[in-house]
Amino acid sequence: MAITNYASQNAGALAQESTWEGSVEELRGLVSERALTGETMLLNLGPHHPSTHGVLRLLLELDGEEIVTCLPDIGYLHTGIEKTIEAKTYEKGVTCTDRMDYLSPMSNNMVFCLAIEKMGELDVPERAQIIRVIGLELTRINSHLVWLGTHAMDLGAMSVFLYCMREREMILEMFEMLSGQRMMTSYIRPGGVWRDITPDFLPALEQFINLFPSRLDDYESLLTDNPLWRDRTEGIGVVEPEDALALGLSGPSLRGSGVNWDIRKAMPYSGYETYDFNVPIGLHGDVYDRFYIRILEMRESLKILRQAMARLTPTGEFRSNNRKFAPPPRAELGRSMEAVIHHFKLWTEGFPLPDEEVYVAIESPRGEIGCYLHGTGGNKPRRVHFKTPSFMHISALGSMSEGYMIADLVGIVGSIDIVLGDSDR
Amino acid sequence: MGVVSSKLGNMGVVTTTLDTAVNWARTGAMWPLLFGLACCAIEMMATQASDYDLSRFGMELNRASPRQADLIIVAGRVVRKMAPVVRQLYDQMASPRYVIAMGDCASCSGVYNNYALVQGVDEVVPVDVYIAGCPPRPEQLIHGILTLHERIRGEHLNQWIVEGER
Repeated sequence: MAITNYASQNAGALAQESTWEGSVEELRGLVSERALTGETMLLNLGPHHPSTHGVLRLLLELDGEEIVTCLPDIGYLHTGIEKTIEAKTYEKGVTCTDRMDYLSPMSNNMVFCLAIEKMGELDVPERAQIIRVIGLELTRINSHLVWLGTHAMDLGAMSVFLYCMREREMILEMFEMLSGQRMMTSYIRPGGVWRDITPDFLPALEQFINLFPSRLDDYESLLTDNPLWRDRTEGIGVVEPEDALALGLSGPSLRGSGVNWDIRKAMPYSGYETYDFNVPIGLHGDVYDRFYIRILEMRESLKILRQAMARLTPTGEFRSNNRKFAPPPRAELGRSMEAVIHHFKLWTEGFPLPDEEVYVAIESPRGEIGCYLHGTGGNKPRRVHFKTPSFMHISALGSMSEGYMIADLVGIVGSIDIVLGDSDR
Repeated sequence: MGVVSSKLGNMGVVTTTLDTAVNWARTGAMWPLLFGLACCAIEMMATQASDYDLSRFGMELNRASPRQADLIIVAGRVVRKMAPVVRQLYDQMASPRYVIAMGDCASCSGVYNNYALVQGVDEVVPVDVYIAGCPPRPEQLIHGILTLHERIRGEHLNQWIVEGER
């Protein structure tokens, strides 16, 4: 079995690289002194653990059931996406951003494209902005559904997962109508969106908008007033508003603590200032509030979707007319030599951006996702950096979970809605 | 057991080979390891959930412990930091054990030909079935699983011994 031998040799080499030959002395300063004498217990949680939402490793110091210290260890999903984007033209870079936060690909596309558009001073047509808002809000519901399903499953409610995934399939089918792909859509491109919405998209969206409120009621009837659910979530993982700001929380995790901060309202993009929606705010900053805010957010997203659908004209521009950045429509290629030249230039060498730096942030389902982009004057970026909500939330996990029981840790990890692809990139 | 019982008649006896009987049992309830890495894991969850219902193939029971699992679906990109963990999980599984490399990243690292990724999980563990796609659709995963079942049905007694030595 030649293949087997080859595989095991490689595994041996890899295992040697990462074998930890240190002692507990290395943990001095990270865990309490009691751990060094063996009075408290050190416990590894992950990276292979069903409740860590991916490959997060937590080093826990336990005094009985109580958590004394919680040290997150990330990097088990570090893919080098930022470095990979540096070797690609801007248009190709969009494809890589999908794979960062794989539950909300459109938010990643959006923040990267907004950075490019800000740097290139590129216009986006009104209709494209509306389509983007529809995509972003569907993404928000999509991401919250996976979060709700897995969070409830972690705390013992299996059926919610099956219901959530059922509704999520409807959204994925709509994404497929838009982009041809279920998850990694790469639909939002610099200057607009990849293609116009397809004829079967709007009826599917309308059906979803009409159906989804009753489905949300179903989830709520399973969880919101369920005494078991409230016992597991209320008063757990409490974060005070000032602590939440100091820890760098954002999105629903920040609003659960009662801080009114939503980038869609504070620094609107893509025409969010023209939509009428509320930002739900929590009172106690516990796991339950963070859960309930996401449920309310899904209802608000439906409101935005309804308004966006009403605004959508039957036809119109879905991509910028600036031919230096956005490719010409396929029909134009047969008529215009200039269009062929633009097409060729864009798909071979891409477009140049100046040697400047920009930072753009948007509200992703998880919180504030920011993109720092530094151009070179050429067709590839010098540096791309993403400021991602999951990274900030994982760093807050230690102080959030101290003093709680180990069984509550699963709820706390779920409530901050982390995606390891988002934090490790 | 519809087919078998109709062949039984009223004698209560059925003749088959040991190969067929064991392989039938192995394909009928192959428990996967509850193990997800990245994007593909979300599609794997979708495959197990309502619409695609993997329990039709006796696979709804994901075991969190590798000791109880028969199949490891490597769903997502295997990072160099994660590779020893994947290998350790594989080593902890009891024979017979099978590996599916789900998605481009697990098969050949996909678009990420860079410093961070293991260039295909077959550098670390032997892979039985590769599934293309980024991420593969649930139908593709089901097809991959059925391909694995097909392969297992063709296994013979002498191959089990080789598997034990692996």
